[in-house]
Amino acid sequence: MSSVHVSTTSSPDVEASRKYTAARKRRHALDLTLRLIVIGIAMIFALFPVIWIASASVNPNNSLVGQRLVPEHASLANYNELLHSDVHPFLRWMWNSFKLASISSVLSVLVSALSAYAFSRFRFRGRRSMLLTVFLVQIFPNSLSMVATFLLIQQIGEYIPSLGLNSHGGLILVYLGGAMGINTWLMKGYFDSIPRELDESAMIDGASHWYTFWRIIMPLVRPVLAVVGVLSFVGTYGDYLFALLLVKDKDLYTLAVGMSIFIGDQFSQKWGVFAAGALLGAIPIVIIYLLLQDFIVSGLTQGAVKG
Amino acid sequence: MKLAPQGSARGGVKPLAPFSGRVSKIALRLVALAILDAFALMFLTRLWADEVWFLAVSVSVITLGLNVFFLSDRFYPFRWFSPGLALIILMVAYPIVYTLYISFTNYRDGNLLRQNQAIAQIENRQYLPSDAPLYGWTAFGTEDGHYALWLVADDGSMVFAPEDDAARVVTADDPQIAELDEDNIPERFGDYERLSVFTVPSGFETRTFGKPPETIKIETQYKAGQYRQQYVYDAAQEAMIDQATGVVYTAKRGTFTAPDGSTLSPGYYVPIGLDNFKRLVTSDAIRGPFLRVFMWTFAHAILTVLITFLFGLGLALVLNDPIVPARRVLRSMLLIPYAIPGFISVLVWRGLLRPEFGVVNRMLEDVFGWAPSWFADPVWAKLGILLVQLWLGFPYMMLICMGALQTIPPELHEAAKVDGANTWQRFRNITLPLLLVTVGPLLIAAFAYNFNNFTVIRLYNQGGPPIPGTTTPAGHTDILLTYTYRLAFAGQRGADYSFATAITLVIFVLVAAITLFNFRFTGGWEEVSESV
Repeated sequence: MSSVHVSTTSSPDVEASRKYTAARKRRHALDLTLRLIVIGIAMIFALFPVIWIASASVNPNNSLVGQRLVPEHASLANYNELLHSDVHPFLRWMWNSFKLASISSVLSVLVSALSAYAFSRFRFRGRRSMLLTVFLVQIFPNSLSMVATFLLIQQIGEYIPSLGLNSHGGLILVYLGGAMGINTWLMKGYFDSIPRELDESAMIDGASHWYTFWRIIMPLVRPVLAVVGVLSFVGTYGDYLFALLLVKDKDLYTLAVGMSIFIGDQFSQKWGVFAAGALLGAIPIVIIYLLLQDFIVSGLTQGAVKG
Repeated sequence: MKLAPQGSARGGVKPLAPFSGRVSKIALRLVALAILDAFALMFLTRLWADEVWFLAVSVSVITLGLNVFFLSDRFYPFRWFSPGLALIILMVAYPIVYTLYISFTNYRDGNLLRQNQAIAQIENRQYLPSDAPLYGWTAFGTEDGHYALWLVADDGSMVFAPEDDAARVVTADDPQIAELDEDNIPERFGDYERLSVFTVPSGFETRTFGKPPETIKIETQYKAGQYRQQYVYDAAQEAMIDQATGVVYTAKRGTFTAPDGSTLSPGYYVPIGLDNFKRLVTSDAIRGPFLRVFMWTFAHAILTVLITFLFGLGLALVLNDPIVPARRVLRSMLLIPYAIPGFISVLVWRGLLRPEFGVVNRMLEDVFGWAPSWFADPVWAKLGILLVQLWLGFPYMMLICMGALQTIPPELHEAAKVDGANTWQRFRNITLPLLLVTVGPLLIAAFAYNFNNFTVIRLYNQGGPPIPGTTTPAGHTDILLTYTYRLAFAGQRGADYSFATAITLVIFVLVAAITLFNFRFTGGWEEVSESV
């Protein structure tokens, strides 16, 4: 009885709610369609150059003229030419870039970690002003003092050629100096978040500072070491200015300088080979970034803008 | 600051790292320090001798610091800083101070040397005095390619002049002489053997023999003359004196100048006060392009941030709703432009935008029958750069906006909904303000970054197309940093380091102002003070 009562009285309600749900569903569908359209357009914009390059790289026709999205006789001829060219030693450039980026990032992480530990764990006179200096230093990118840096490296090279112009040593020195401020600053914040009780108890047990740093703190701060390391790796890999400024030998070029000179030489004739190089040069970094995207969202990399 | 008490096994706690052999540790430290000092000292003596003051002072400061830190336990914490501090002093502080110094000098083509270098080069010059002794000459050479002249004066006296050593008088009883002939020319002299017409290397007559101040050069087929040092530096009146004519070249702004206005090159760099900055303000031919570059630097950075932010925010809003399927995958794919190294992206876009063959223009031609010239036309070149920047930058903005959107509590939206706010009102009054609080500082950081985005500007079109009719090289898409680069390294009129650094100082001031604004705006300074 009561059920009938309910059903009769609520029947218009049910009708209305059904209408409402239907409308909502339609709205939902419209909403989703609009969203997908926007995403689709963005996707075309974002991926078109990548797909176009991928297509050019397997197109043996090799020129900008008359390239089609789906090449007629796809082959790896461009890759073959790229890897075996004597005029443009692509592999050598890529190796140089990897070498410079690895050495710089590892050294930079080590040196910054030492400073960050000291800032975080010691209290001494001048600490505050030193920290402020580090903070101020990382505001000004070292590209601003490129003229002075160039002259400095030139001058050092008159006495120590392996750290001078046209050497990878000089380039590493510049990269290390440029990354010191920001890396120390980022790491110090993370070191502060490790409770002091941990190392204090180790010290009471007689551990030295060095032991505490190396065996207790370093394993705990691994995430920040990884992020800072990867970021300076990517930053160094992408540097164009200092590699252009300091290195003149073709065999010492980094990928950035090599490729810019390569296409300056013969853009329209060697488009396919260039495309193959662009793809090979980009893939490692793209993978790193895709793995890193959550860190970027979480803001751990604040200020790590890239262009 | 102090090392933990060693071997503190009190209360039965076992030490983690017992200090065994503390003495040997100290010894090791001292030995390492001594080796380092030895190298530093070697380096420093050469720097002082060559009068490379700035570098010498920097290296001295670093070396001194290292010694203090590692010898005194009072400075224990600084040992941890020493590598980082050394790097900051040498690679950050030094370049900034040096930039400041150069901007007040005339360090440019024609004045690229230090004073002592210029003096040495000028003093090396030789001339043939009218009363110079002339000799008959004979060519000599060793097996491994050292050459010398055998000279015989009119009175028969002999002089031996090797290429890289001082000439010296030789007597007939010299034990090195072998088989002296009637013209006083030996067959051999030590390791040197007399050369015949056939064994004399080509270009022999252009070589210089002996060592300054007196050198020997071949004048004719038979005669060689004794040259003398032409210019002698007089430190008292800071002038070069021409030994041939007696003309005094006094130092004027780094160039030795005679009373009649003729000069000696090379010149050297000296402080010239505010001239570089004055040039920037007073010269119309410089100020015009500089102002254009200045404006575009701002416009480029602001527009880049604006369009990437709007596009990124829009996408973040679109992607943020759970009804969108496969959001993570979509996000990753949209991230790809940001993940590709910037230099590769710009170069690829350069190919895509190529006027005749580039795919973009071919498509535009097909559809509209017209396509812009993305590199030769000033306006389109700027738009092209913004297009590339949009492509490069929107994923970053999308990422940070997505992160920030997640921090906005959904209750706020629901409450506003209940109050009858529509979608736009909710976005305008809730989402945007809250978003800007989180994203605002990052936007300013992005602005500062693009303010100095050398890679994109330089690789897109090297700052071109050029602005016509300027006395300094400048292009329509040049930003201050690429303009600086041109002035110092890539101008057709030679390097102008001093003017370039003067412009750099302008950038320094601007970046400082932007950062200050950022902190005012976000209250970030308190945050910094706290974490300091």
